[in-house]
Amino acid sequence: MSLQKPYLDVPGTTIFDAEQSRKGYHLNQFCMSLMKAENRARFKAGERAYLDEWAMSEEQKQAVLARDLNWCIRLGGNIYFLAKIGATDGKSFQQMAGSMTGMSEEEYRDMMMKGGRSAEGNRVLGEDGDAQAHRQPQGAAGRKA
Amino acid sequence: MARITASVYTSHVPAIGAAIDLGKTAEPYWAPLFRGYEFSKQWMKDHKPDVIFLVYNDHATAFSLEMIPTFAIGTAAEFQPADEGYGPRPVPKVIGHPELASHIAQSVIQDDFDLTIVNKMDVDHGLTVPLNLMCGSPAAWPCPVIPFAVNVVQYPVPSGRRCFMLGQAIRRAIESYDEPLNVHIWGTGGMSHQLQGPRAGLINKEWDNRFLDRLIADPDELSRVPHIEYVREAGSEGIELVMWLIARGAMADVDGGAKPKVVHRFFHVPASNTAVGHLILENP
Repeated sequence: MSLQKPYLDVPGTTIFDAEQSRKGYHLNQFCMSLMKAENRARFKAGERAYLDEWAMSEEQKQAVLARDLNWCIRLGGNIYFLAKIGATDGKSFQQMAGSMTGMSEEEYRDMMMKGGRSAEGNRVLGEDGDAQAHRQPQGAAGRKA
Repeated sequence: MARITASVYTSHVPAIGAAIDLGKTAEPYWAPLFRGYEFSKQWMKDHKPDVIFLVYNDHATAFSLEMIPTFAIGTAAEFQPADEGYGPRPVPKVIGHPELASHIAQSVIQDDFDLTIVNKMDVDHGLTVPLNLMCGSPAAWPCPVIPFAVNVVQYPVPSGRRCFMLGQAIRRAIESYDEPLNVHIWGTGGMSHQLQGPRAGLINKEWDNRFLDRLIADPDELSRVPHIEYVREAGSEGIELVMWLIARGAMADVDGGAKPKVVHRFFHVPASNTAVGHLILENP
């Protein structure tokens, strides 16, 4: 009998469950290593060489080098771990969260100042809210596309 | 006999800690948020506890994917503020209460909740930001703190129901401690927020305020809300709110006592990506 996963139909959302955790173990443990100042310095001095010390997949390494957090999450990354990469880059949590929407930093900050993203249309796949797949990327990136 | 006199509930957004550390609390963006805690800081001075039992979650700080305890109680004599990637926060170290913490661990485990006992761990913004919000930035925290970390990082996190019942066991444990200590129990995290994916930035004021209403008036019913409702309505990280049910479960009315008095309620959007909620409930 398969496990119950009632959260697979939430748009724009990946729940970090046991399966994701298994896929992302080495990616997330790499992120964890960035909590030490000396490791942050070594990573910054040579990202590729530092990543090669970890048993991560080539795709996971590419996703980190590209700083594409949505890609990292698809490969098993969890945002609390990935946040260590952003911290190493000197980014705030708001900059990191915004980067996953396609909005510019200003657009994302404005959305939050206006009360944040509405749950309307964003509860279940197939509705028409701004987090649904057919409306990606949002904001500046969407206009460029 | 030790006694829980009050419960405190608050969000623990890391950006609030950064605003304090960088001296930005009077800036227009932050001032309205900190005004909501002015009452609370005075209340803390007027109602200084002997110990704070502080329920929070570790954000991949003390616990990596090497070990993921669902419920972890800190029994150490002290806990250092963690380096979360930006360097450690410039806040005082946290002094524990090993005697009461071990007593609670023994009592709660015998009451069928399988806690993990932790004698060494650093504490992150989940624990230190609530202390700042309630106590300001003193040279030393006003009293010992027992850190109680709940896994809300890797799904499945404990259910609201389990958290609510655990709170009841914690109350029984504290009330069976011989020394006459005045104990606060704090539930932290939330409110609505999502930090990941194209749905990042989700906020649901209506749901959050209904959560506060239900937490005050009908926590038993609220504890039956399934995870999926938190995810859909309050965002993937809004699930942190289950931790508030641990603190609420420890209040006297849940065990047949009188209703708590709501002495403070505050709600503000946004703090970075998050809706901030705050309550203080006193046992009569």
